Amino acid sequence: MCAASNPVAGRDGLAVLDAEEIRRALTRIAHEILERTHGGDDVILLGIPTRGVPLARRLAARIGEFEGLDVPCGSLDVTMHRDDLRLHPARALGRTDLPPGGVDGKIVVLVDDVLYSGRTVRAALDALNDLGRPRAVQLAVLVDRGHRELPIRADYVGKNLPTSQREVVHVLLTEVDAQDSVMISDDGRQP
Amino acid sequence: MTAAGPGMDRDNTGMDRDSTVNDQVRWLIRGVTIPADGHRGPRATDILLGGGSIMAVGAGLDHAGARVLDVGGLIALPGLVDLHTHLREPGREDAETVATGTAAAALGGYTAVHAMANTDPVADTAGVVEQVWRLGRTAGHCDVQPVGAVTVGLAGTRLAELGTMADSAARVRVFSDDGRCVSDPLLMRRALEYVKAFDGVIAQHAQDPRLTEGAQLNEGEMSARLGLAGWPAVAEEAIIARDCLLAAHVGSALHVCHVSTAGSVEIIRWAKSKGWAVTAEVTPHHLLLTDELAAGYDPVFKVNPPLRTEADVAELRRALADGTIDCVATDHAPHPVEAKETEWAEAAFGMTGLETALRVVHRTMVDTGLLDWHGVADRMSVRPARIGRLTGQGAPLAVGGPANLTLYDPAAPAEVVTPAGASKSRNTPFAGMELPGRVVATFLRGVPTVLDGKLA
Amino acid sequence: MKRHLISAADLSRADALLILDTAEELASLADRPIKKLPTLRGRTVVNLFYEDSTRTRISFEAAAKRLSADVINFSAKGSSVAKGESLKDTALTLEAMGADAVVIRHGASGAAHRLAEWVRGSVLNAGDGTHEHPTQALLDAFTIRRRLRGADSSGARGAGLDGLRVTIVGDVLHSRVARSNVLLLSTLGAEVTLAAPPTLLPLAVGSWPCAVSYDLDSELPKSDVVMMLRVQQERMTAAYFPSVREYSRRYGLDVARMARLPEHAIVMHPGPMNRGVEIAAEVADSVRSTIVEQVANGVTTRMAVLYLLLGGTEFPVTEFPAVAR
Repeated sequence: MCAASNPVAGRDGLAVLDAEEIRRALTRIAHEILERTHGGDDVILLGIPTRGVPLARRLAARIGEFEGLDVPCGSLDVTMHRDDLRLHPARALGRTDLPPGGVDGKIVVLVDDVLYSGRTVRAALDALNDLGRPRAVQLAVLVDRGHRELPIRADYVGKNLPTSQREVVHVLLTEVDAQDSVMISDDGRQP
Repeated sequence: MTAAGPGMDRDNTGMDRDSTVNDQVRWLIRGVTIPADGHRGPRATDILLGGGSIMAVGAGLDHAGARVLDVGGLIALPGLVDLHTHLREPGREDAETVATGTAAAALGGYTAVHAMANTDPVADTAGVVEQVWRLGRTAGHCDVQPVGAVTVGLAGTRLAELGTMADSAARVRVFSDDGRCVSDPLLMRRALEYVKAFDGVIAQHAQDPRLTEGAQLNEGEMSARLGLAGWPAVAEEAIIARDCLLAAHVGSALHVCHVSTAGSVEIIRWAKSKGWAVTAEVTPHHLLLTDELAAGYDPVFKVNPPLRTEADVAELRRALADGTIDCVATDHAPHPVEAKETEWAEAAFGMTGLETALRVVHRTMVDTGLLDWHGVADRMSVRPARIGRLTGQGAPLAVGGPANLTLYDPAAPAEVVTPAGASKSRNTPFAGMELPGRVVATFLRGVPTVLDGKLA
Repeated sequence: MKRHLISAADLSRADALLILDTAEELASLADRPIKKLPTLRGRTVVNLFYEDSTRTRISFEAAAKRLSADVINFSAKGSSVAKGESLKDTALTLEAMGADAVVIRHGASGAAHRLAEWVRGSVLNAGDGTHEHPTQALLDAFTIRRRLRGADSSGARGAGLDGLRVTIVGDVLHSRVARSNVLLLSTLGAEVTLAAPPTLLPLAVGSWPCAVSYDLDSELPKSDVVMMLRVQQERMTAAYFPSVREYSRRYGLDVARMARLPEHAIVMHPGPMNRGVEIAAEVADSVRSTIVEQVANGVTTRMAVLYLLLGGTEFPVTEFPAVAR
């Protein structure tokens, strides 16, 4: 009865990133975050469920390895702020888990798997707005597939992946899907 | 107009018809089937009606000057008699009038109905019963035999003037507080005794008031689930048992209205086995419907006594088949829309039934093999007329008998019941259900009141 | 979920868990600076209360407002309703006002069913006569789950109430809270026992998914939850029990009885309480008692229900089943 993220149908897609490439991309993003935030002070990572959450945790772990810094990490569910609620039956909510210390005055880095229309991120910004007042908000995504419908851009991108709107991008992560890969398939449907 | 005194033949004929009896148009009912009756099998034959009577039965009848009705495939029943109808006039003409109620009755194949006394004012005096009687004659759709109240105002404390009502032009013989129970045992005893003087009968609405205060639905699984106050079967059975014993004790006749439970049937069977003068009726809705229909809280299913369980329905059918229950009586209870379009607890009790009664009996008793058409004639015409002490009604179809008959098509394709009909009210519980058969024509003393399924 | 919530029987186990899990998520809203979500912005929720019940009405009002819905209150007193306007006419008025949801509390069993035939929006039963009160059962289940299945929300999520033993005590015959709880608790896997004098149990209770006992004392040591129902004094005049004193003595939860409960067991009451009749004051105020948190949980659970009924497509696919003929 809820529209949770659909499990991947048709693994006959083309693999565009394998586990090794994902690992390297995350390592690079972790370094970029440290650079651009001048050492990562006051940074908190908030993953957008479902797959943004394990990605955020992996980034936090990398940053911890490189700098010995304990970056607070959590999740931000955006369901209640979506702009397409009335087009589907009511969905089950994901978890919102804010690190102690909240978001006020912090640099919040939102983490998601795929950036597409930008509407999810807009909803995340609205949700964040009701939680407090960050000093700055940045966006890290594993894949940017283009076709923005709102003026939104990512600060950190794992891979730029030009796609047609007929194609579907599947991100698989070990924590959720028992494997790491990014695939494109031509399902002829909107994702 | 003088009232007939005791000892004279009671005959509630319509005054309008008396003066034209000999000039009456004759009718030849051609090709009709008279149902098998235990002596002979079903036979197709012709019936000649004239002068208010059945003039001849047979083939090749001389029917000069008669209008002909070709009715191959239809069966003929003696005109149906309802022992229990609410015509609502005087007082509740928004729900029904004598004219609309008797029109509905005629469409249902009835040539006589007993009009219950719970009108406003209550029919507890000669004045009111004569008024109802006159309204019936004027409308002319069927005979209206008023029922007199047992107690003044139905209040259950003082006997009404039963004797005066019996002597009135309305010739009341059946007395009932229906709607209410005569619960005071002493009063019930007195009433039973008193009517012996004029061969009257008390028709009891069996419902112990203390056990059914605020009751809404049969006490059982449904009432527990729906959170509606229960109406326990014992509240009916206990009164019936008491009244049978009282009637036996004083040597009087008791008629039990709208029997609804298997337990009541057992008690009546026992009383009859003792030779006591107990008779009983069942409604069409209690032969078909159960309390499960209350699940959506639609008050069209709210009735007194309430719909019961499958087991009760099965026992009631068996009892009607073996004669423990003597007859079908509709308890036609019309209500205006606003009385039924509300919360269950606020809604009025009652269902209409005149227009669908024969079809329901067809479905529940004939199609199930429990009763044949001869049996239907007995339960819906002969016995009710006998219990109501009516002459001129309920006579088997024979030469010289009154020309009251109903022509019914048992093979008509089953049709879905709609609320629309001749009755002013729409509260039929059968709306949306398929029922077989069709009343095609009704004749009242040789004059058609219904032809081709429509008022004549 | 279906379009209406009229009976706890409308909810499958999956439906009920979805509501409880959603409520878990929404519970944290109370700790945030901005206690509001935009989800039901532009929707109108009407509170149609024929019975005086400030507590429940405020609970629904708070729930709707926290989801940014517009709330209109229609209470029986001093309105056309009090002047005898029929339920149907009131329903048609609400339709004309564009109510997306009507929350109805009424003294007649089945009022919510009837209302659902006359309005196009969703109908939420906030208590109809002696029939049901499904959101009460939901907040009770939510409270039980939080207290006994997970100290923090992560432990409770997705879990039912399997194996928990709940004893409901009191006037079951006239209790809509009891009916809804028996249905919902057994749907969620709990074992329910009703403890009451025979006069306060429906004759047909044997067909319900629960056990029955006339002896409260024997049930207490095996109960994880004891839920006390309010007993009305009027029942005494209708001969349901001889006196309040005898009722209290045999079925009241006093301090001595509370001591017979297992360590972890909790005491619940839907309110309002008759202190000293069905429940002793000290018991009501003890740490086992969930009475106060039941109120807070009421807002959260009702938010979850409103979101799931109204937060998605305008008219969901599954309709309320029509009367079977």
